[in-house]
Amino acid sequence: MIDRRALIAGLSAALVAPRVALGQTIKDAAGRTVAVPAKVSRVFPAGPPAAILLYTLAPDLLIGWARANRPEECAYMLPDICTRPEVGRITGRGNTANLETVLALKPDLILDVGSTSATFVSLADRVQEQTSIPYALLDGRFAGIAGTYRTLGTLIGRTEDAEKLARYAEDTLKTILGRIEPIAASERPKVYYARGPRGLSTGLGGSINVETIEMLGRNVAGETQGGLANVSIEQVLVWNPDVIVTIDQEFAATVRSDPSWAAVKAVRDNRIHLSPKMPFGWVDFPPSVNRLIGLWWLGKILYPERFPEDLQTLTADFYTRFYHVTPSSAQIDHVLAGRD
Amino acid sequence: MYLRAGIDSLPRMNNARSALPGFAIAIAVLIAGLLLALTVGRYPISLGDLMAVLVAKLGGPRGDISPAVESVIWQVRGPRVMAAMLVGAALAVAGTAFQGLFRNPLVSPDILGASSGAALGAVLGIYLSLGVFAIQAIAFVGGLIAVGIVYVIGASVRSRDPILVLVLTGVVVGSLFGAGVGLVKYLADPYNQLPAMTFWLLGSLSATGVSDLLPLVGPVAIGAAVLIALRWRMNVMSLPEEEARALGVATGPLRIAIVAAATLVTSASVATAGIIGWVGLVVPHLARSLVGPDFARLLPAAAILGGGYLLLIDTLARTLAQVEIPLGILTAVIGTPFFIWLLASVQKNWS
Repeated sequence: MIDRRALIAGLSAALVAPRVALGQTIKDAAGRTVAVPAKVSRVFPAGPPAAILLYTLAPDLLIGWARANRPEECAYMLPDICTRPEVGRITGRGNTANLETVLALKPDLILDVGSTSATFVSLADRVQEQTSIPYALLDGRFAGIAGTYRTLGTLIGRTEDAEKLARYAEDTLKTILGRIEPIAASERPKVYYARGPRGLSTGLGGSINVETIEMLGRNVAGETQGGLANVSIEQVLVWNPDVIVTIDQEFAATVRSDPSWAAVKAVRDNRIHLSPKMPFGWVDFPPSVNRLIGLWWLGKILYPERFPEDLQTLTADFYTRFYHVTPSSAQIDHVLAGRD
Repeated sequence: MYLRAGIDSLPRMNNARSALPGFAIAIAVLIAGLLLALTVGRYPISLGDLMAVLVAKLGGPRGDISPAVESVIWQVRGPRVMAAMLVGAALAVAGTAFQGLFRNPLVSPDILGASSGAALGAVLGIYLSLGVFAIQAIAFVGGLIAVGIVYVIGASVRSRDPILVLVLTGVVVGSLFGAGVGLVKYLADPYNQLPAMTFWLLGSLSATGVSDLLPLVGPVAIGAAVLIALRWRMNVMSLPEEEARALGVATGPLRIAIVAAATLVTSASVATAGIIGWVGLVVPHLARSLVGPDFARLLPAAAILGGGYLLLIDTLARTLAQVEIPLGILTAVIGTPFFIWLLASVQKNWS
């Protein structure tokens, strides 16, 4: 026990940035003081990003999922964890979990990963006050993923495992961003991110939906800041993107034969890419660590000459490390084709 | 013969004034809207380009027109302009018919639940991850079903005032369907489906293509033709029930025909464009102030004016910003001040 505390304090001091009051409390990403539970064996995830993050680090602690997983998704995860029950979410666009249910599940910790704005801070404070269960609000931004792993590791007493995943995340980001660093921003490919069956919903600048796309390429809709929005085909024609990345199977299947899209450069050059989505999306949602493998995928799409790696190998490695199951090569082909 | 004589003996409030200036204004609005809509947009196309593309289409010489310009006009902007005119005209005609039928100036085409039914159909389609046409088809059918339910309930309740019962049933069933929409949105995937539902419910023509026109034109043409064919009798329907019967009009079947036709055009519009409020409420009043309350003139005038009005609104929606502005928001921003003015002046204008 003493060893672990020393380790926590040491690691935290070195890695999380300071501020771990010895053994007992920790500052979460919103600056709230959260008591570190003496022993954590059950964690309630406040939403899908938290559930995924926790599953990757410590699947055994996960009480359940915000939404039940589908059987085809469970092919890429530990079956007995994947089929754990639906427990609802207590953050985001509306509570679907009843606080009494939360209490009845007897969690040692409630974990929330995402926005650290005042809305979510006050929500976290209120839930913690009502339930007396420590409620940790961690940073959900993609670039902060390594730090989030380390804080979580400290909270649940799994610092070594957390350190491995944090390192992997840091190395991946460093490698990929390092390779495209020499390319001036104005030289990077123009990417249009298409959502919806018509492909006319997109993520504006700074939207969490295009966080990884904006890291590697130029988001054509990035001039306007905001979240998701609808645009017209005319606007897409004016932007004339080099590459289209989509999450919608119907759009990906029909856009090449749709006369109104025919003049778009990405369509003429046949650079329309359907994002893999099993078991979790690679570019957009849920906004959690699942987007890390998508960064390799995007890198290969946008800069094929700079990313010679075999995506099969990378995928197998990532799924083994984070989802704890090594998929067969047939399964990986299925994932890479963007199918359900 | 008797019917004709009866209608002809109705007071004509604007007989003295000719309707021609009114029609001229409505047509001018439509033509202005059309020229503006075809030449402005996010993709720059000059009047010269437009003419060149039209000439090429009519078999004239092909200049050096870029394929992109051609595709914008024939595949993107053209279909969208057509759809805006059709939807605007459809909603205006349906609103005019309902305001006459219910003898109430504050009635809009969705009073009998067509929009709520279509909305529930659409969000269900999105929830089930169906394709675009399936979503539109379910929305269309949802609108028809909602009004069908309202009509059956309304007709089976015995009352001295069947119109009032119908309106009340419409409000109640509409709110039930609205609760259904809320439930589906609550259950939807918050990352993917929920934004799609929200966008759909706000109304937009941004995705309109050539293939969307056929399912829109068919129902709108049929419904509008029926309403325009019934325009003489609609004058009688705006009289109190007993008086209409005394004039020899079978009010029951006529009411079914008007409701069915108006529902057909409303459901088709909502299925294509999402929920666009206000057009069906505001345009009939504008048309009435132009050509007077006689339905024979009012219906065509409302159709022309509605087409022009939504065309102008949609042109704003797609040109003001890089991002589309939902039509439902723009029509409400423009419609609300008008509605307030209407409420304040309804006493003297409507009788």
